[in-house]
Amino acid sequence: MTRGHLDSPGVAAGTPPDGGVPAPPDGAPASAGWVERALREHDEQVQGETARFERHGSPQPLPGTVREELVLERIDRARRARPRVKEDRITMSHGAGGKATQTLIEAVFLDTFRNPLLEPLEDAARLHVNGARVALTTDSYVVSPLFFPGGDIGDLAVNGTVNDLSMAGAVPLYLSAGFILEEGFPVADLTRIVASMQAAAVAAGVQVVTGDTKVVQKGKADGCYINTAGVGVIEHSLDLGVARARPGDVVLVSGPIGDHGVTIMLARGELDIEADICSDTAPLNGLVASLLAAVPGVRALRDATRGGVATILNEIAVAAGVGVIVTEGDIPVRAEVRGASELLGIDPMYVACEGRLVAVVSPEDADGALAALRAHPQGTGAAAIGTITAQPPGIVQLKTAFGGTRIVDLLVGDPLPRIC
Amino acid sequence: MKFVDEFRDADKAHALAARITALCEPGRQYKLMEVCGGHTHTIYKHGLEDYLPEQVTLVHGPGCPVCVIPMGRVDDAMALASDPDVIMTSFGDMMRVPGSNGSFFDAKARGTDIRMVYSPLDSLKIARQNPDKRVVFMAIGFETTAPSTAMTVLRAAAEGLPNFSVFCNHVTIIPAIKAILDSPDLRLDGFIGPGHVSTVIGCRPYEFIARDYGKPVVVAGFEPLDILQSIYMLMLQLSKGTSTVENQYSRVVPWDGNPVALRAIGQTMELRPYFEWRGLGFISHSALAVREEYARFDAERLFSVPGVRVADPKACQCGEVLKGVLKPWECKVFGTACTPETPIGTCMVSPEGACAAYYNYGRLTRQRVREASPS
Repeated sequence: MTRGHLDSPGVAAGTPPDGGVPAPPDGAPASAGWVERALREHDEQVQGETARFERHGSPQPLPGTVREELVLERIDRARRARPRVKEDRITMSHGAGGKATQTLIEAVFLDTFRNPLLEPLEDAARLHVNGARVALTTDSYVVSPLFFPGGDIGDLAVNGTVNDLSMAGAVPLYLSAGFILEEGFPVADLTRIVASMQAAAVAAGVQVVTGDTKVVQKGKADGCYINTAGVGVIEHSLDLGVARARPGDVVLVSGPIGDHGVTIMLARGELDIEADICSDTAPLNGLVASLLAAVPGVRALRDATRGGVATILNEIAVAAGVGVIVTEGDIPVRAEVRGASELLGIDPMYVACEGRLVAVVSPEDADGALAALRAHPQGTGAAAIGTITAQPPGIVQLKTAFGGTRIVDLLVGDPLPRIC
Repeated sequence: MKFVDEFRDADKAHALAARITALCEPGRQYKLMEVCGGHTHTIYKHGLEDYLPEQVTLVHGPGCPVCVIPMGRVDDAMALASDPDVIMTSFGDMMRVPGSNGSFFDAKARGTDIRMVYSPLDSLKIARQNPDKRVVFMAIGFETTAPSTAMTVLRAAAEGLPNFSVFCNHVTIIPAIKAILDSPDLRLDGFIGPGHVSTVIGCRPYEFIARDYGKPVVVAGFEPLDILQSIYMLMLQLSKGTSTVENQYSRVVPWDGNPVALRAIGQTMELRPYFEWRGLGFISHSALAVREEYARFDAERLFSVPGVRVADPKACQCGEVLKGVLKPWECKVFGTACTPETPIGTCMVSPEGACAAYYNYGRLTRQRVREASPS
């Protein structure tokens, strides 16, 4: 590579000096194999479309608007195509809760394990055991740092699993706890984590009844990872699920969003930003019980963990084949979270919560549901943030506070690794 | 929230939009280019185009730092990073930019030590903590980020840090704007000037656009009302037939720029005779290299950099999109082979890239326009 050695006082102002420019290098540049592969697939996909694009027998191309419609159609088809993991190796994006995670789950796990109980990909599976309806779920926790304002990996591991059961409408009963510990991990830290798990279990009314411990060599793990699984019973006849959302339904959140994710990011101390906020980690079974007791019209419940509220709304839109429209000004976000997000260029809609739920409720029960949420200590900040629409299916839109409209898509990439 | 909500007031936006509409002459089309990717992002994120009359079109310019990095430079960086003695540091935006053998993220998954930093100064910390490794910072960006790279080099020199260097890919905005102005296939009426770059270089370097090309320039801030006001100021100039450089972002941008930052750049870096831009080709005097005096912090001098050239894939029309000749959706592979998950072109990588912004936020705006139009 030739380097420039021009002494130019105009460097900073960017004014190019005249003359004396050596010719750029020539020779045939290389090309990238993966790009060619992607293009081949593209060609296969659009085969036969060319005729439509160029209007058969006519020398003029189609008008712009019609061409754009075809492009949008094509995108839609590409998005509905069978998911396939294109990467050779797992990257951090596969764990971020966005598009890559979804592709991995559908292309690798669902495709192999496929069965009717797994297929809905809800927070917990709902099973019939000797006539009783039971919910079963599992979740692993790799949060870094292990201790953060408002909680630690211990209460996170209990609350997360309690909440996954609660979102299935189940009363959580029993939990398992599996520990993967790194050689050299301080026993005092482990004791502290386990004590906090027990406190969370007592608060949620569940018991940890079985467990497992593994130790790996130093450097093969990061301190302490925890897996919890849980079972609960479903005592009502409601069939909750994001696929049940109908046009006209109202979308509620149970409180300000993004607290957990922003807390973790700041707790890592890499950003030199300080804010007075803590994680919202909390058990939601009490809140769900009050909600379900208050109104019959609850269609779906989700806790907005990795990927945040935006991801949940997209799951609703896709699973139910409906549109979702939310109003930015109605979405509760603490000023500290908003401020940190503005500084860092992230959108609170995608930031994880660990003690907030999104509920889809029939229009006639919306007011009652909101009142029930607000009457519970975990739901004082609840708000109605949007509605379900018939059109356009599969798409989440946001009415911005500025007065415009935009799409809220699934997250691509990984802004905040290892938040739970 | 203070200093944010004031700049997103819907009532003020409606008032400005009405004044913009009133300035439109019947039958005339207005094409305005926002040079900076930060503006593109704001426009889409807040749905700003909803406010604009049909006669006013925004063209998304080349001012997204990762969008203009050619694939060959990514491959060069990857070659540097693959040295087992090297720790590569990079801004987050750069991590997903595809080279011919995948992105930094893919390389990281294969075991290459690439770390994300929020400031180039963090690289010095990593260098101090790893004295047996050589830390290379992948420096990208326009005059906005060049001063922080310059300050980092100066700091490293003051400390006498032996294991830190910069792989310099800084580019300068003015030659790119000039290339666009000279491009025969483009007709623009005015420019929304890049706010962040101007905090460093000031407003004077744009005067040739108004003087020699007769196009008005308004340097703009990054909140939606900033941009709407800048469009109004441009429309006002166009209606009067004037072309001058105006500064809408005067709360941040000094007319003469930031002399301290300019001095730091001038002290550590010099213009390259030419540099390849993604989609725009070679542009003379459009990029910066580390000066001879700081050769010990210049990765290009310390390592053997292969100097790979990779052709932009034929189907990828990033160049036309960067020049504003094509709308993102008009690119052949938009949304099918090239998506935010698997970007082929750099315009699809960064949230500041026109294609990614349009794919993620904008698709419906177009749909609505289409439904509203009688055809």
